[in-house]
Amino acid sequence: MSATVTTPHFKENVHEALGDARLQRALNQARNFVPRRAEAVARLPEFDALRDSARDIKDHTLAHLDLYLEAYQCKVEEFGGHVHWARDAAEARRIFLDLCKARGAKAVTKGKSMISEEIGLNAAMEAEGIEAIETDLGEYIIQLRGETPSHIIAPAIHVTRDDVEADFRKAHRDLPAGRDLSQPEQLLAEARGILRDKFLGADIGVTGANFLIAETGTSIIVTNEGNGDLTQILPKVHVVVGSLEKLVPTLNDAAQLLRVLARSATGQDMSVYTTLSTGPRRPEDPDGPEEYHVILLDNGRSGMLGGQFEDMLRCIRCGACMNHCPVYQAVGGHAYGWVYPGPMGAVLTPSLLGVAEGGQLPNASTFCGRCEQVCPMRIPLPNMMRHWREREFERHLSPAAVRYGLGFWAFFAVRPTLYRLATELAMRTLSLAGRSKGRFSWLPFAGGWTKYRDLAAPQGATFQAQWRAKSGAVK
Amino acid sequence: MTARDEILASVRRSLHVSGDEAPRRAAVAARLAQAPIGIVPARGQGDAAARIATFKIEAARTAATISEVASAADVPAEIARYLREGNMPATLRMGADARLAAMPWAATTIEVSHGPSDGHDLNAVSAAFAAVAETGSLALASGAENPTTLNFLPDNHIAIVFAEDVAADFETVFARLRAEYGAGSLPRTLNFITGPSRSADIEQTLMFGAHGPRRLHIVMVGAA
Repeated sequence: MSATVTTPHFKENVHEALGDARLQRALNQARNFVPRRAEAVARLPEFDALRDSARDIKDHTLAHLDLYLEAYQCKVEEFGGHVHWARDAAEARRIFLDLCKARGAKAVTKGKSMISEEIGLNAAMEAEGIEAIETDLGEYIIQLRGETPSHIIAPAIHVTRDDVEADFRKAHRDLPAGRDLSQPEQLLAEARGILRDKFLGADIGVTGANFLIAETGTSIIVTNEGNGDLTQILPKVHVVVGSLEKLVPTLNDAAQLLRVLARSATGQDMSVYTTLSTGPRRPEDPDGPEEYHVILLDNGRSGMLGGQFEDMLRCIRCGACMNHCPVYQAVGGHAYGWVYPGPMGAVLTPSLLGVAEGGQLPNASTFCGRCEQVCPMRIPLPNMMRHWREREFERHLSPAAVRYGLGFWAFFAVRPTLYRLATELAMRTLSLAGRSKGRFSWLPFAGGWTKYRDLAAPQGATFQAQWRAKSGAVK
Repeated sequence: MTARDEILASVRRSLHVSGDEAPRRAAVAARLAQAPIGIVPARGQGDAAARIATFKIEAARTAATISEVASAADVPAEIARYLREGNMPATLRMGADARLAAMPWAATTIEVSHGPSDGHDLNAVSAAFAAVAETGSLALASGAENPTTLNFLPDNHIAIVFAEDVAADFETVFARLRAEYGAGSLPRTLNFITGPSRSADIEQTLMFGAHGPRRLHIVMVGAA
């Protein structure tokens, strides 16, 4: 019952996304992240040094993860909180539902959490008759629409204002039908009013965690709306769902990561609310939750340590890689078919779901390298996508056309003389055939290319031949 | 095996460690005890006057408003002005902070009430634990003095910052927290607040007052 997986149908998803005019309009409106990040980075001369520092902190933490996890649990318990370990999504759901049942919980407010999406928490709650209320504006919108997030920090980026108005009119039927909702501000005000009552009436509040601090047993969440805070301070019970790799040794280490997180994500120096929660309320506190629980999820991460994909565990979920990805910008997040889209999803999804389910995603890259250029944690995303492609090929999971095509190419590539002869012949033929127009609007076996653009006709000589003629440097 | 044991065993298997290695244990203990400081941006650094000047610039960039008063005794009149000019009702919710309690509220027409918020307060005031020059952020600590609900439920949040509490960076605030709450300890909730609540979830249009306060006003005391 985890989030539905359509990743194996990635190709069909992409075709659908490219043909969806409304989606394309929404994606075109959502291009602010790139200039905002650039501006924030330009304002901080230490940014690249901070990226190195952030990478080193996570590498150190991952190399000592067992010990930091133990230290973290001790601290949480010292402050009266509870840590629940979950091997997989099913165990995490069961732990959470048991907490709900033992307290007779009927309504659960939620801060934005990708881990909650990963474990399919909302569906699990609904199956038990518990109302799950997403409180982040974007998450609230997509919950009304029965959708999943299409971006890890801007979940409703695929939705237009018109869509939101229609959704609100359909969902909020007790409000006057003639009300003006033409401005985004009016939509926000309506959601704020409705969710305010939900915040005050909830039995349990669930948040994710951007960081878990071993030094103090603290969970840190970062939001702009304040919804995560109302979720974690108003109900009697605060449940944090976090995964193993959120561990950070100290508060000072968290400061390094915070300095690259918001800048990489939204281009803010800091998100509006960075909140550190440590245990339940104390005797002298007039507000705050009476219980504090952390569900610590593995779900395949411990197996990624020490391997080819360990670097991916440094990811702090800023979204910069997808904001800068030409493929993500063209198809949006839903096409990726599971919880994590974009380049980080292309690496993480096969790690968590297996290469048979997620193996197509690493092919969704032009290897332009922008994701790695902007990654605050210096994760070598294109390299890791290449590793996945190799594994997919080795395990005979790639489509037959790709396999035969590559085999055909490889036959020539390992026979240089034959390769030169064949390419020279092909270039001469194409050059002659395309002489009149200088381009091709149709070619056999290349209909997919020529359907959208022309192919320039070759000039007659191959690159290698020209190189030889000009410099004679080819060995 | 419990889930905990199994997960830790899996972590150790992947890392090729037993968990008993003395150098690893020493490295972790040292890092937790010493909390080494990494790269700290130059932006927030400087003497008190420089830090306050940077804080004001950075806080204004986050769409917070700022006013300055010479002494704590001037705060109530300044808040009365702020509420009046914004056409906001002259009500104010606050906690039991001694610095706030010592201010001459009776000299204004503001109707003051005390305690956490139940969601029906339009205006609240908190005394900040510290401020961070680097990013124009406030640090607010939970407790009876300044209940956390006051930071989020009212429409208008007013934060009092004493000039001597403006720190250069986050690390300085953490050092002060360790000194006041004990090493390895924190208040239940510590909020770093950087501007008023906002959302850009509808077509990336920036809008203020998402779920938290629509306005954040900072009163700086003793810097003028």
